[in-house]
Amino acid sequence: MLTTDEVKKIAVLARISLSPEEVEKFRSELSTVLDYVEDLQQVNIEGVEEVSQVTGLVNVQREDISVEFADLQAITSQAPEMKDGYYKVKAIL
Amino acid sequence: MKFEHLELSELREKLDKKEITSVQLTEYFLARIEKLNPELNAFVTICRDEALSQARVADDYINSPGENPPLCGIPFSAKDLFCTVGVRTTASSKILDQYIPPYDSTVIVKLKEQKAVLVGKTNLDQFAHGSSTETSYYGPTKNPWDTSRIPGGSSGGSAASVAAGMVPFALGTETGGSIRQPSSLCGVSGWKPTYGRVSRFGVIAMASSLDSPGAHGKSVKDLVSLANIMSGVDLKDSTTGDRISDFRLQIADLKGVRVGVPKQYFVDGMQEEVRERVIEATKELERLGAELVEVDLPHTKYGSLVYAIVAPAEIASNLSRYDGIRYGYVTSEAKNLLEVYEKSRSEGFGDEAKRRIMTGTYVLSAGYYDAYYKRAQKVRRFIINEFAEVFKKVDVLVAPSSPNVAVTLGKAADDPLFGYIADQLNIPSSLAGLPALSVPCGFARPQDGVTPSVDGLPVGLQIIGPQWGEQKIFDVGLAYQSATDWHKKHPTEISNS
Repeated sequence: MLTTDEVKKIAVLARISLSPEEVEKFRSELSTVLDYVEDLQQVNIEGVEEVSQVTGLVNVQREDISVEFADLQAITSQAPEMKDGYYKVKAIL
Repeated sequence: MKFEHLELSELREKLDKKEITSVQLTEYFLARIEKLNPELNAFVTICRDEALSQARVADDYINSPGENPPLCGIPFSAKDLFCTVGVRTTASSKILDQYIPPYDSTVIVKLKEQKAVLVGKTNLDQFAHGSSTETSYYGPTKNPWDTSRIPGGSSGGSAASVAAGMVPFALGTETGGSIRQPSSLCGVSGWKPTYGRVSRFGVIAMASSLDSPGAHGKSVKDLVSLANIMSGVDLKDSTTGDRISDFRLQIADLKGVRVGVPKQYFVDGMQEEVRERVIEATKELERLGAELVEVDLPHTKYGSLVYAIVAPAEIASNLSRYDGIRYGYVTSEAKNLLEVYEKSRSEGFGDEAKRRIMTGTYVLSAGYYDAYYKRAQKVRRFIINEFAEVFKKVDVLVAPSSPNVAVTLGKAADDPLFGYIADQLNIPSSLAGLPALSVPCGFARPQDGVTPSVDGLPVGLQIIGPQWGEQKIFDVGLAYQSATDWHKKHPTEISNS
């Protein structure tokens, strides 16, 4: 079973704030998932290379050509807050 | 005249012969959607104005000289994970509730080039996380065969929209069962492509090494037509393979075709009547000339376990983009930048997304990466190799698409393992990037003690092929549907009273 502190640490890394009730809820649910995958420890994986992709494609390249996006407004209009054509964010500290 | 259960070739003929216009056909399906959606909740967004305007363009094209593209003027729906320019795209999440994409996904571009008509965006499990469509921010979709039951998921709205005759075909996506399982539970045909056959560009990402955009349709024949249009290399998705995608529609007999039946896919706990229907389907393939071969895939049992690590890891990475700054939901409670991130994400994501993000974050974190993520990706190698070995001996594999028929709504809600178990027969081939079909193969009574509103609920047969082996699964699917009529069964019309 994960500890409360472990769940809180994961939540910080994941940038999700949790209420104390949620910490307990996810502590139990994440532990269920981790128990579920426990049997993988039985598999002998010595000398096996891990999978990083399934296509077998190597070094896929294309010309680096910039294409101007026609409707900038369609992008910036999706931002919760803009000022003078810039994304507006809260103070970092 | 009724159009709701016609195949694409039949609709094509009616449009080409000017028996009906695209505007009339679009109005017909919009009327069905508006009538049935309050009960089924298959659609998140209905785009009536855009659809009618696209239909008028299609009619102009049809009325001008020359041949029409196969899908010209034909309505369709898209899972609300495909970005559609100017049409709200939510991933059935609160965090993207107001999101209007500035661009189209590649698959949508291809369908628009055909002058196909997008009538709406269908419901899904939030961010495609789930197997019941119940984790949607907009509430569950109901199964058209029995509205007290789930349609499956995550592409539940798409499968239900085809089953209920709200559209001729629908776009779906699969990461680990999300096309096959809802196709099976709703009694429609579904195609999960080889990973890399269809571009992921513009499809809201779940797990990038697994995500495969595909389709639900009335028949395998329709799916083959769609595969010819949707497939192909895309400069905007460097994982697409440069493979020829010119698939045959002709029905051949199955003489000399070796059909593998993996014994591990007839799992403990699967419904007896589901097993019977699938065995009957294999006998039908044998009658058509195929040779049945029992095969062994001993690492099958590890598939869902590998997936339960790999998928959340990729999800955690992909969903880190939702920061409340460039697009999407933002909290009104934050005092500084960190709180913008933490509170926007806390308020914007549902429980299932949070669970997967945190699982993924944990298995990728320092100290646990080797024990979980790296180990899972090594076991995934065994699963891939095992399939490759088996496909030296057989042309395709067949198995149940799902161990059960549709369960009642509410079963999945707080079970963090529901999807991993529901999709255990789909996940291994997804991890290997293999193509598959789900085709209707009969009906079975549920075993959950709840009497369904119909005698039996749909059962699906999945046909899995080797990597890039779409033609093989299409050949078997086409032959099967030429000899059976399970794909022509439709749910009783829901009446609004």
